Amino acid sequence: MSRREKTWWWVVGIAIMLYCLFPIAWIISLSFKGPADIANGQFLPSKPSTENYSTILTGSASELFLPALRNSFGICLIATFISCFLSMFAAYAIARLDFPGKRLILSAALGVAIFPVISIVTPLFNLWRQIGLYDTWLGLIIPYLSLTLPISIWTMSAFFREIPWEMEQAAQVDGATTWQAFRKVIVPLAAPGVFTTAIIAFFIAWNDFAYGISLTSTSAARPVPAALGLFSGASQFVDPTGSIAAAAVIVTVPVVVLVLIFQRRIVAGLTNGAVKG
Amino acid sequence: MTATTLPPRKKTEPVSAPPGGISDRSRAERRLGWMLAGPAFVVMLLVTAYPILQAVWYSLFNYRLTDPGNRSFVGLRNYWVILTDGLWWQAVLTTVLITVVTVAVELVLGFALALVMSKALASIRPVLRAAILIPYAVITVVSAFSWQFAFNITTGFVNKWLAWLPGIGVDTDWFGDRWTSLLVICLAEIWKTTPFISLLLLAGLAQVPDVLQEAAMVDGATWWQRMRKVTIPNMKAAIMVAVLFRTLDAFRIFDSIFVMTAGANGTESVSFLAYRQTISRVEIGLGSAVSVLLFLAVVLIAFVFIKGFRIDLAQARGER
Repeated sequence: MSRREKTWWWVVGIAIMLYCLFPIAWIISLSFKGPADIANGQFLPSKPSTENYSTILTGSASELFLPALRNSFGICLIATFISCFLSMFAAYAIARLDFPGKRLILSAALGVAIFPVISIVTPLFNLWRQIGLYDTWLGLIIPYLSLTLPISIWTMSAFFREIPWEMEQAAQVDGATTWQAFRKVIVPLAAPGVFTTAIIAFFIAWNDFAYGISLTSTSAARPVPAALGLFSGASQFVDPTGSIAAAAVIVTVPVVVLVLIFQRRIVAGLTNGAVKG
Repeated sequence: MTATTLPPRKKTEPVSAPPGGISDRSRAERRLGWMLAGPAFVVMLLVTAYPILQAVWYSLFNYRLTDPGNRSFVGLRNYWVILTDGLWWQAVLTTVLITVVTVAVELVLGFALALVMSKALASIRPVLRAAILIPYAVITVVSAFSWQFAFNITTGFVNKWLAWLPGIGVDTDWFGDRWTSLLVICLAEIWKTTPFISLLLLAGLAQVPDVLQEAAMVDGATWWQRMRKVTIPNMKAAIMVAVLFRTLDAFRIFDSIFVMTAGANGTESVSFLAYRQTISRVEIGLGSAVSVLLFLAVVLIAFVFIKGFRIDLAQARGER
């Protein structure tokens, strides 16, 4: 490849990177702007300050933000765990067994995945109020399953289909017991698929907004995105922009780091599930 | 001239039940299959089918949460009220507009990104793939805030940066007008979801047989001809799946609108309308009817895509 072509590729590459990073860089920069800087009309703060972070972590807005962070983690982890647990068996059956209804299950998963969330919110809003699930963790975990289960079944069965299951028999021929063959051969082969599915499912639950604002009313169960959406500042006289930006950075950066660490697998998980020849 | 595709690969059918009855083994396998997959299947249906049926039921009542005593059966009147109201049609129009614009732009941009990634130098490819995942990993609400703050008249920098453009000054209020609000909403959506499309297209691109590309090149086809006659026809399935997923996703748009405009200035989407009727106005009956209509619209879009463009989703994902 010629030198000119190489430079050209780098220019294109850097343009794409700028495109991807720009809004993130902006919100990070905004989160370091003090009250005097917020409206300075510049991209960067003139004097970086960590004031916004102390407001939401230890200051006056912490009682809005910290419970939301705890709720988000708890609810999303539980929903992810349940859906991974259930779809592990389903995906095994879909990948390994021949039974009628396989297509039905996959089609149903697809149907549920395209389901408009708001259509579920309306009836649940009323129902949860009647049976006391409104504004509780369980009241969010149940509807979150409608987000995490289909993608888990879909992604995990795509991963499981790639596993060379014959290895299990090969190990048994070599003298391993059934349990040993399962634990030493199948588990290590299946674990990456399960793990990747868990990350994708967790992320989808973490991203939820519609259920979060509709089915909660207090910090008892309100997750972070909903808390951010309804955040109006420590008091009505303080502009919440800086606090929102800082909170946004705190909930975004860990997920971005996680996704970047496991990028190869996540790309495989996202695309295996949808397109495969 | 026709598109050049390889003949479909011979499908290898799994050895299914032999003719003349099901063997014991396959019956056992069948039972085990449902035992393993059944729970996930049932839970999945419970958390979606049940609420939507409940919504259909609620939608037949005049039912306001603050006034439960006056709950009365009104048949299809809620639907009549909605379908004859300009507000509904404006929400539909807004939603369709956002969907068409974002999906069209994302498809072109995503395809360009996929092409770049497939051809990029091995040294920058991993960096690009990592960068492209970042918008995907950002919560929609956070992305909406980022774009909102950037264009916002007090906190933003965009006005200052774009002040050299005619019609834009430091006091341009992007969220004060329907079309500029929709523009920013579309920008945020496009930024956030183009990576997803480009990853799907990249996977599709990888499936285009090299032999065909080389043959076309030997025959002296230009880049554009190869693109139109070889590459695109061979990845049609991937393109259609990407478009279908994104269309359905865009049609449900809610988060960004809530954060950026809260539905002001005619930016309300169908999802937002349903939310406002139910949660803010506690009109359970009317809100449920909007929800059911939204659900039917999504089903209709999926149906038109799958039947109209003959997308075989099972085949597209390697299902035998």
